[in-house]
Amino acid sequence: MRLILELILPALLIVCALAVTFSKRLLVSVVIYTSFSIIMSVIWVLLESPDLAITEAAVGAGVSGLLLIYTLKKIHALKGTSDE
Amino acid sequence: MSKMAKIKKEKQTAWQRFCAWVNGDTADRPLMPADPPAPRKTKTDKNKKQKTVSSRKEGIELNRFGSIYRICAVLIGVAVVTVLMVTVLQLPLFGSPDNPAVNEVVERYVEKGLEETGAVNMVAGMILDYRAFDTFGESSVLFLAVTCVTMLLMRDKNNTSKDEDLLTAREHVIEGYEEDIILTKIARLLIPCALVYGIYVVLNGHISPGGGFSGGTIMGSALILFAVSFGMIRMSRFFTYATFKKVTSCALLVYAASKAYSFFTGANHLESHIPLGTPGAILSSGLILILDICVGIVVACTMYGFYALFTKGEL
Repeated sequence: MRLILELILPALLIVCALAVTFSKRLLVSVVIYTSFSIIMSVIWVLLESPDLAITEAAVGAGVSGLLLIYTLKKIHALKGTSDE
Repeated sequence: MSKMAKIKKEKQTAWQRFCAWVNGDTADRPLMPADPPAPRKTKTDKNKKQKTVSSRKEGIELNRFGSIYRICAVLIGVAVVTVLMVTVLQLPLFGSPDNPAVNEVVERYVEKGLEETGAVNMVAGMILDYRAFDTFGESSVLFLAVTCVTMLLMRDKNNTSKDEDLLTAREHVIEGYEEDIILTKIARLLIPCALVYGIYVVLNGHISPGGGFSGGTIMGSALILFAVSFGMIRMSRFFTYATFKKVTSCALLVYAASKAYSFFTGANHLESHIPLGTPGAILSSGLILILDICVGIVVACTMYGFYALFTKGEL
């Protein structure tokens, strides 16, 4: 089980990293980026560093995704915010 | 004669054209396609014709450089990836005992860490006792970052127009009576849990995984959730720019003062007068708890400050 996880999760990381660059919409890129962080935090748990896992989940998946979305809103790159 | 001169003018060297392309110097082409410039009135048809011809030529040139750029990007990317892969192949195996990273420093941390710092969580003992000065630098970097964002995005009289003021006033009015029921109900459930969990992670930083940074981020996201669901007006009842300034600078100063004290007493083989307590209890491990709380406060305020400045431009 653990071996399968250790094989699948890095592959998912690579898929996420490629998908971030190839997705056309910026909001989709941000969402994929946060999922990248969540996968990374699971990998940190598997590598036995729970401190990093908590920080990665809180910063990578929580706050930085939120800040990126608000940056997109600020520069009017989201749908529905361009006509301000 | 004039034709010849024009041709000469257009026949710049490839390097000059490349420089112009890199600098974004594309004549009168607008940078942002969203706001096209007002159409210029041309006096004669001749001028118009020349303009379209020149712009078409420019487009072809840009396309040519575009393909070169793409090929270069792929080549550079492949080169960098190969260099990195070769380097990774030559790294020693993960976790093998003869790695250069396994030396007397790590041995000291592992063997004497609990005894010297009193922290059960070895990571907390490392980052907040042996290397507390680094953590102080990190907190200061966060503080500096939020200061820079404040300088760039803070609203004041000098960088807002009347229209923008009207817009924000209207948004405030909308915020006043329009509440998203799903968001507020879930926020009421989630915010206390998130805050308590953040405080738990901060206070147990020296016992269990976690610490100032992660706990502070959890508390900060709880604050952000509050601001999102209940609006900035309710947020400003207990968290304003003044409290933000006071709380963060006080936390940083307390960190600096307590760590300076510990340097004078604990470092350089001097006897430390701070009791370490029994490992595993909350009130143990000397200064680590205080430093954790300081870092947590700084990080929570910084995260919320980023959010507030990015959305409204005010705290």
